[in-house]
Amino acid sequence: MRTRWLKIPAAWITPLGVIGAVIAITWVGIAFTARLWVPFDPLSQDLPRLQAPGIDTLMGTDALGRDIFSRLMTGASVTIPLALMLVLMSLAVGTLIGAIAGYFGKWVDELLMRLTDLVMAFPTVILAMVVAAALGPSLFNAVIAAFVVSWPQYARMTRSIVLGLRTQNYVMAGRLMGFSPFKTLRVDIAPNVVGPILVLASLDVGTAILLLSGLSFLGLGAQPPTAEWGSMISAAIQNFDSWWIGLFPGLAILTVVMAFNFVGDSLRDIFDPTSQVSRAGARS
Amino acid sequence: MGNTPRATRRYSARSPLVGYLLRRLGTSVLLLFGVTIVTFALANLVPGDPIAAALGEGAASNPATVEAYIKERGLDQPLPVQYANYIGGLFQGDMGISLRTTQPVADDLAKAVPATVEIALLAIIVSLGIGVALGSLAAYRRGKISDQLVRVFSLIGLSIPTFWMALVSFNFFFLQLRIAPGSGRLSPALAPPPTVTGFYTADALLAGQWVTFTDALAHLMLPVFVLSLFTIGLLTRFVRTSVLEVLDADYVRAGRAKGLSGSRLLFGYVLRGASLPILTIVGLAFGTLLSGTVLVEAVFAWPGLGSYAYNSATSLDLPGVMGVGLVVGVVYLSINFAVDLLYGVLDPRVRLA
Amino acid sequence: MSDITTPQTADAAAAATAPVLTVDELTIGIGSRKNLKSIVKGISLTLTPGRIQGLAGESGSGKTVTSLAMLGLLPSNAVVGGSIRLNDTELVGMTHRQLNEIRGRRIAMIFQDPSSSLHPQLTVGVQLTDHVTRHLKLSKKQARAHAIELLERVRVPNPAEALARYPHQFSGGQRQRIAIAIALACDPIVLLADEPTTALDVTVQAGILHLLRDLADERQLAVLLVTHDLGVMSAIADDIAVMRHGEVVESAVRQEIFANPQHAYTRELLASLPGAAGFEEATE
Repeated sequence: MRTRWLKIPAAWITPLGVIGAVIAITWVGIAFTARLWVPFDPLSQDLPRLQAPGIDTLMGTDALGRDIFSRLMTGASVTIPLALMLVLMSLAVGTLIGAIAGYFGKWVDELLMRLTDLVMAFPTVILAMVVAAALGPSLFNAVIAAFVVSWPQYARMTRSIVLGLRTQNYVMAGRLMGFSPFKTLRVDIAPNVVGPILVLASLDVGTAILLLSGLSFLGLGAQPPTAEWGSMISAAIQNFDSWWIGLFPGLAILTVVMAFNFVGDSLRDIFDPTSQVSRAGARS
Repeated sequence: MGNTPRATRRYSARSPLVGYLLRRLGTSVLLLFGVTIVTFALANLVPGDPIAAALGEGAASNPATVEAYIKERGLDQPLPVQYANYIGGLFQGDMGISLRTTQPVADDLAKAVPATVEIALLAIIVSLGIGVALGSLAAYRRGKISDQLVRVFSLIGLSIPTFWMALVSFNFFFLQLRIAPGSGRLSPALAPPPTVTGFYTADALLAGQWVTFTDALAHLMLPVFVLSLFTIGLLTRFVRTSVLEVLDADYVRAGRAKGLSGSRLLFGYVLRGASLPILTIVGLAFGTLLSGTVLVEAVFAWPGLGSYAYNSATSLDLPGVMGVGLVVGVVYLSINFAVDLLYGVLDPRVRLA
Repeated sequence: MSDITTPQTADAAAAATAPVLTVDELTIGIGSRKNLKSIVKGISLTLTPGRIQGLAGESGSGKTVTSLAMLGLLPSNAVVGGSIRLNDTELVGMTHRQLNEIRGRRIAMIFQDPSSSLHPQLTVGVQLTDHVTRHLKLSKKQARAHAIELLERVRVPNPAEALARYPHQFSGGQRQRIAIAIALACDPIVLLADEPTTALDVTVQAGILHLLRDLADERQLAVLLVTHDLGVMSAIADDIAVMRHGEVVESAVRQEIFANPQHAYTRELLASLPGAAGFEEATE
């Protein structure tokens, strides 16, 4: 069980995973370097307005005369790092809470799980919207709102794994040997949680990007003039005829999210062999 | 066991379902209160000035107005009392006044709910149909090319930003190709059918207005298509997993050993066996649909909860946003309760002793 | 000693009637073309009306795979060689459509665990009649009357009421009786029983075994009894074949196997049985 994920290499090479990883790495690269090489200042409004894509402006210009290509590329440096940070935050907090709930059980578990129930009683975007609106519109508050709705899934998953492990012999043995709760969690339980959590996290990067850009689309995230994909699409509603304003930012979101989903789904095959290994081996 | 008298069997056959439903109902009611606590807390306790938000900057600068507002709303009282007042108000349908429409939020939302439920119901039917078909296909052809294709398509479905898809498809099918009808629920020339259910399609059928029905249906197509893409992906993946599990079950092998034909086996044995996990995910899919409406309806000018939420959010109308949060929370809870109910009906082990 | 078809079996078979099912040099491999794992390595068997042929062996010996092959129920990555003939019809290489005319109609099967081989969400009545209406072209009403008769025969109490009930409302032993009724509903000539008592309480095992014995006698069924349990074999089998690693190592009439085991492996199996008292009970 614990050595399973050491034999990854051969299984890594799935077309889906490779395609996803290449696209994802490309976007992350763009996110960190875009400011150095984009042709125009993403905020300057000196270009002709609503210009269709052409040789000067690859993806056209928006209603304020800004270069969409430059905004799109620098937009990556807004959304992608925030999404990654959001996932790390939810992962850290959610996993810790789930582990505590599963390990200590009783009223601690009851309390924490009712809390997750409460969050999950709302559809995610709705709750995030309500929280963001209450906190006031800003990109930072949008990240907080997204965090509020995304930690419970990590808590739930970790809790159920820990609950299953708590009674396993080797975990019991550790406890009998006098391991402290946190040593037990770290030594005996953490290695079993890593795989499933990693799968969840990589799929969650996509969800985080969709959520953050959705909040910005609603005007509750990035504020003008920040170049952010969701708010760029939102601006397109006022200019239906200039199709390029909305088309490209959407494609950017689609490709990033798809890339992370491809990676996550391939990771799932590796960490959860039951999902892919042939069930052909009949009883005999 | 077989000799048990009929009367007692009848009794024991009925009580488990009732007990189960009462338990689920209890959970739902508790969660409902949780939902109100969340909206109350967000509206009153978060940093920022809810009074300024409620009155608007202009009025909030006038101390007398603020004082009057605080008195009127009971904001000088302790929090538990405020919460009790809030709940009491909710029971009388008081969700505050929208800053944007200056109408009571409850009235605005009452008009918006049927439009959204109509879209969500149709989208769930479409997603379920396509999801079950694609998911079963992928499971039956596990590892083959068609399985891989379904996998990629469903992953792409899960990656599409719905608000963008709404925009692009509206642009393409309406503005460019002119094959989709415009925005809204009906063409401007048509009057809404007499209200019975609040669903234009159903109401038009009930009134026998065929033209209105087809027009309403045509207006539904594009929003439903856009909303369904995500849930199709979600359901397809889940159906595939569930069907794979059931295909492995002994009772399916036993059905094969009886010489049942493929379709009888698929519908009678496999899908019936997978129906319970699929039902669970349908409840979840409803949540994502309701989320989706917020991002999609505005593009199609569809006068539902989603447009209302969008307009409230973009104009920072806090009472409006809270109202949507509360109503959608209640709708979602009711749907999940309905799912629990259906679960009890579909699973004889829950229904019968 | 490695002589597989001893003269005794041939004589015994000839003395009764002609075999209805003949397995000849059956080979089964499972896996991809490059990585084919050989499970059954050329076994031969015959099933004769009114006789119970035992197929013994530990798990992994290939005995269940052999029985599944007779119904064409092997996974799609299985490669089958040799011949399985039902009277004069060759089953190996049949399409699923052709096999569906045989399955349930000519050859029926009961499985190890009736709590999983009966569909939990379908009433006993549906599971007892859906293949009857298909194979025998009976009306719903006729099929129902037929089903009640069958349940009476396998001694399920209150047959008419039982039809409207679900599997979980019966005890394990009754569930297996229902499974037997389902198998016999279309009046097959061959019955495959894969560990039919293994999942049941010891107290009800004997009842099920006797039912199988009686049914074999009165319906002139050719029964293949697959089990790892020689105690079960000794109770009702007429002939016994012992399988190991995909081969039949010894095959003879029951008395011969128990009185005079030829192969070392058979002696090993016999030695692992509980004392002679165990047989007596089972035979009761």
